[in-house]
Amino acid sequence: MTVPSINIGDESRFFSYPNARAPDRRRTVSSSGVNLAVYEWGDLTATPLILIHGAFDFARTYDVFAPLLADAGYRVVSWDHRGHGDSEHAALYSWVADERDMLAVVDSTTREPCLAVGHSKGGSMLAHAIQALPHRFTRFVSIDGLPFRSPHSDAAKRERKRVFRDEINDWLDHRRTASTLTRKPGTLEDLAKRRARMNPRLSHEWLCYLVTLGARKDDDGWRWKIDPSMRMGGIGPFRSRWMTDRLPGFPIPMLAIFGTIEETMGWGVKPGDLAPYLPPSTHIEVMQDTGHFIHIERPDQTARLILDFFKT
Amino acid sequence: MIQYLLHNRIWLALHRLKQEPGRPLLLLHGLGECSPSELPPEYADWPGPVYALDFTGHGLSTVPQGGGYTCELLMADADAALAALGEATIVGRGLGAYIALLLAGARPAVVRGVILRDGSGLAGGGASGRSPYIPVIDTQQLAPPDPYAIADLATDARPPSYSTSYALLAEQESGLVRPVMVCAREHPEWLTAVINALGVETVAVPEALDEYRRLPYIAAE
Repeated sequence: MTVPSINIGDESRFFSYPNARAPDRRRTVSSSGVNLAVYEWGDLTATPLILIHGAFDFARTYDVFAPLLADAGYRVVSWDHRGHGDSEHAALYSWVADERDMLAVVDSTTREPCLAVGHSKGGSMLAHAIQALPHRFTRFVSIDGLPFRSPHSDAAKRERKRVFRDEINDWLDHRRTASTLTRKPGTLEDLAKRRARMNPRLSHEWLCYLVTLGARKDDDGWRWKIDPSMRMGGIGPFRSRWMTDRLPGFPIPMLAIFGTIEETMGWGVKPGDLAPYLPPSTHIEVMQDTGHFIHIERPDQTARLILDFFKT
Repeated sequence: MIQYLLHNRIWLALHRLKQEPGRPLLLLHGLGECSPSELPPEYADWPGPVYALDFTGHGLSTVPQGGGYTCELLMADADAALAALGEATIVGRGLGAYIALLLAGARPAVVRGVILRDGSGLAGGGASGRSPYIPVIDTQQLAPPDPYAIADLATDARPPSYSTSYALLAEQESGLVRPVMVCAREHPEWLTAVINALGVETVAVPEALDEYRRLPYIAAE
């Protein structure tokens, strides 16, 4: 089948990106039957460092950032969450399932306590897992990875009720059709432009590079690999305060890095919101003029902060 | 007769226990249980067909790999049954009672009353206040029921405010005088909150069935 709009020659320039480096190793871990794609940068015998991506991302979004940590002497291990990137699409998804997958990857890497860095949802997963299993981790870095929401005002109650009802209905309607859904095909640059809605501060060239890794090329065009049954904005009983209320007793040293510019994919957290909940020993760093994807916007500066924190 | 419904990648077994014209009665089982193989005598007088659904990982429904159970997922299981049956009255045992409540709030136009009964998994993991915990699964256990379901759905959080949000949606949008009937003796925190929010009292199952059987039935086209 010929698709005139796709020209391999034109696309080849997107298969590399300045300072991006493919992982040194790729392996598969079965988390109770769900196959997870695991990637490693750095020497196999170096100190393990677990690096966790956020929602709707995948491990290769660390192609620039992870090598900076690996070259400083760490074995950086990341994986595509179930349903993301090259990991298997599962029948079920949940926070706890993602945490069990994380433990399967950590167990496959080391049984010793290890360093852990998480971005966005990856940071929140780690914060919870470290509170559950503090003996498995030595230091924690959150890259805009801690949730916080201010209490709603009474005036907003009626609106909240309407939103709640609509969200449940939308989600159930989505579940009724989930088995028939496929990701929309397009040219490589189409997909990059679509992703720009989630990553408005990242360059078109970077997003095109991500397409070459996070999407596959079918006869009718490129498609993101992420499971089409997944969608933004799930429903459930989770309350951010369950996490924030426990932060004062956080069991291991923490570096919390924040940006200053709010983005759709972020938590909308300001350092001042969370500061009262963080243990006094927490290292708080704020990157000025930076959005939610701090490590992609400022990879060198972020890596330096983390490496310095590991040395303290 | 068993009809299989596709919910994303899961085939759900919907058992028809009685065939008769009228509004369906849908039975939802408790945690680790499965649908009854025969019509329980207490539902024999229901003026319509009686169905029972096996949740994901239970009974004759698919047991998926790697867990990831949530009550919201099971609500969508039950919603798949509603999509097949049209309007229905729901009786839930234990875990199934909690799922029935969620669905009553989520689909108030088609859920014509829910009856919440005692049974396994009624309380879940409590309101929220326990220590962070990641359940470790004994994968050597025979399935069904899926050991991941047992672990995940016995430890999930069920905050009272979340449950009452669904209960109030059912009350405000179903048009029913009593959209939720509590027939359970066990009152976990979420159910106490629902009872208080709706101002209802515990009733006997026959009374609850009697009230809902009198509701006019509009068959789906």
